[in-house]
Amino acid sequence: MNWGSGAEFFSMGGYGFYVWGSFLVTAACLAAEPLLLAARRRRALERLQAERQRHEAAA
Amino acid sequence: MSNRLINWFRYGSPQSFYPLAGRMVPWFAAAAAVTGAAGLWIAFFVAPTDAQQGEAYRIIFVHVPASWLSMFLYIVMACWAGLGLVLNTRLSAMMAHAIAPTGAMFAFLSLWSGALWGRPTWGTYWVWDARLTSELVLFFLYLGYMALNAAIDDPRRADRASAVLALVGVVNVPVIYFSVKWWNTLHQGASVSLTRAPSMAATMLTGMLVMAIAFWMYSIAVALMRVRSIMLEREAHTDWARELKESAA
Repeated sequence: MNWGSGAEFFSMGGYGFYVWGSFLVTAACLAAEPLLLAARRRRALERLQAERQRHEAAA
Repeated sequence: MSNRLINWFRYGSPQSFYPLAGRMVPWFAAAAAVTGAAGLWIAFFVAPTDAQQGEAYRIIFVHVPASWLSMFLYIVMACWAGLGLVLNTRLSAMMAHAIAPTGAMFAFLSLWSGALWGRPTWGTYWVWDARLTSELVLFFLYLGYMALNAAIDDPRRADRASAVLALVGVVNVPVIYFSVKWWNTLHQGASVSLTRAPSMAATMLTGMLVMAIAFWMYSIAVALMRVRSIMLEREAHTDWARELKESAA
């Protein structure tokens, strides 16, 4: 175990800004991408639904 | 042998790959979550403080895996693009398109975490050094690939044009990888090599490799998610898409 306390953990030996700046931005990107993809899938399925209705109306 | 070939080609069509991809996503996502948690645990609680760099070196656990993935994903993307160019299969180009944004994201994260690591260790966020510059070129290649795709209306023409761009850009990947050997760079040499013993503590190496596996699993999961949306967008007019029992609700 490297850390005596929570504060020590967050300060990262004085490099907190650099270490957390790297990890948090990475985490934010990895969390945002699946959310954006879920929204894209929803839009695609809505368009597909519209396509189905057009197809039925034409038939 | 012939059976196996037939099976592979069967999954080469969007209508049979779509449900298969959907079944694979949760497994890769779960693998990414488990290895990611293990990797973070090793990165912060197992790996010791570095004798020279103190805690700043812990950036390595996102920087190196993100850099590897940005290069690997480019090669995988170019392979799919090339396959699409040669065989003219629909799925290949869609796979290449599905990988590009994730690769661009990892290239960005590599540059970002590198800048935040460079400041405390070299005294600067950025320097026009061969390694950094070639990684920046990789980031722009991804953006160029996506922009070219978006700029051409006919999807089949866009597939071919962007495939050529992707294949030409492959030249840049070995340049990034060997830049630290070929030129005198501020960036340090390779951390991991197949030909000599690792230059770091075993737990640091393990943490880095576990994080790299996590990023791999994540990349496969999101690329499969994205390729499914691309299939729906492109094939909305086809019978198989219309007959899907899936809706937005």
